[in-house]
Amino acid sequence: MSNMKKKKLTPTEQKYAELVKSIEPKRPILKNCIKAFFVGGIICTIGQGLQLVFITYFNFNEKTSVGPTLVVLIFVAALLTGLGIYDHLGQWAGAGSAVPITGFANSIASASIEHRSEGFVLGVAGNMFRLAGAIIVFGVFSAFVVATIKITIKWLGVM
Amino acid sequence: MLKGHQSWIYNSKPTILGSAAVGGPFEGNGALASDFDIIHEDLWVGQDSFEKAEKVMLEHACARAIEKSSIKKEDINFFISGDLMNQITSSSFAARSLGIPYLGIFGACSSSMEGLALAAQLIDSKSAKYVMASASSHNATAEKQYRYPTEYGGQKPPTAQWTVTGAGAAVLGVDGIGPKVTSATMGRVIDMGISDPFNMGAAMAPAAVDTIEAHFRDLNIDASYYDLIATGDLGKVGHEIAINLLKDHGIDMPSNIFTDCGLLIYKKDQPVFSGGSGCGCSATVTYGHFLNRMRRGELKRILIVATGALMSPISYQQKESIPCVAHAVSIEM
Repeated sequence: MSNMKKKKLTPTEQKYAELVKSIEPKRPILKNCIKAFFVGGIICTIGQGLQLVFITYFNFNEKTSVGPTLVVLIFVAALLTGLGIYDHLGQWAGAGSAVPITGFANSIASASIEHRSEGFVLGVAGNMFRLAGAIIVFGVFSAFVVATIKITIKWLGVM
Repeated sequence: MLKGHQSWIYNSKPTILGSAAVGGPFEGNGALASDFDIIHEDLWVGQDSFEKAEKVMLEHACARAIEKSSIKKEDINFFISGDLMNQITSSSFAARSLGIPYLGIFGACSSSMEGLALAAQLIDSKSAKYVMASASSHNATAEKQYRYPTEYGGQKPPTAQWTVTGAGAAVLGVDGIGPKVTSATMGRVIDMGISDPFNMGAAMAPAAVDTIEAHFRDLNIDASYYDLIATGDLGKVGHEIAINLLKDHGIDMPSNIFTDCGLLIYKKDQPVFSGGSGCGCSATVTYGHFLNRMRRGELKRILIVATGALMSPISYQQKESIPCVAHAVSIEM
């Protein structure tokens, strides 16, 4: 619990929070970081491998090969979600499988599967961005901010 | 009859004529598999949604409990049930097919014992001849409503708990052979400022301790009166905290009689983090495992303290802390 949150608590609650803290098992942060580093790295290496395959054998260049590479990664992640494998990978790898685009695909696919019982329109379509929606909103907004800064700097004639 | 401040003594000692527990695949592989009446290998129970699956499991538990009590469904005056779904749909929809006059209750995971206490109260006050109490939960419906989609690859901390897929039901009558419900203590809502929905054990432990303390005070007894005292779903973390709190409050609780349904239901090698949770946890362990042990003569007097976290998905997104309640029911053979 953060210190800011703790300030709002009464003395008894603070004492209790300390008791809880002394008993609850800690998240194994170092172990989780190492797992995330390797799993995330492996996913990115696979992506890089796929890109090389598309460039070498399928007449794509470095720029155009990005599209098909992402499509394959997204497809595989969605398939693993549907087969009930990705959530187990996620529990083991944490951020390693959540941060790459496969994690984004998993959040959309899992929400779609979850709400299939409410129909295609209100269920699947209405809920598929339940988790991914926030990523898109902040992604688009940060892109806008960064682009604005870049344009401003250019306009000032620095670059 | 009221005893002390918040307890009821049932002088007529309502009898549990029949009880049943239904579980899902994970519970079927658990430590108490042999105490379930029905185990479904399929999380969907042959239905097209998890919500329907939960309702069907509850119906199966009720049907089996009625069958074992050897009375007719038409003789049951009231059906009291609770679950974790929004608007307690599992209970209400099961009541629709049962056709028994129905009282829906919500006490989150404490609904199991809240239902049993009220059922015994109705019989003891001669307001009913036969009452059925039940509770259910389903891992996938609870995850969907309270947390993330089941297939989402989010990482859970070691303090998280695993919602039990299961339903338990008990039929109570005025007299007969079987375990008797002798007293109950209704709990206050306690909030110690815990707001982490992945640490429900820590949030609920103070409520359990408060109710246990009140039960002992009202009835003027101590822990030695019981062969077994089990909390509903505190899990490893909450159980450890409860032991500490009881010690702080000067309550002597022998470690060999104090346990938790969430610790008993699964095997050690199952990936359930801190332990089991949900209405189905205390309901199936009590109506299956504990009552079976009582009928075999292994236990004479037990106290079940079902604990419930009274939050909603909206309340924790709004950063509210988690208020909790616990209800204790004493069953004697």
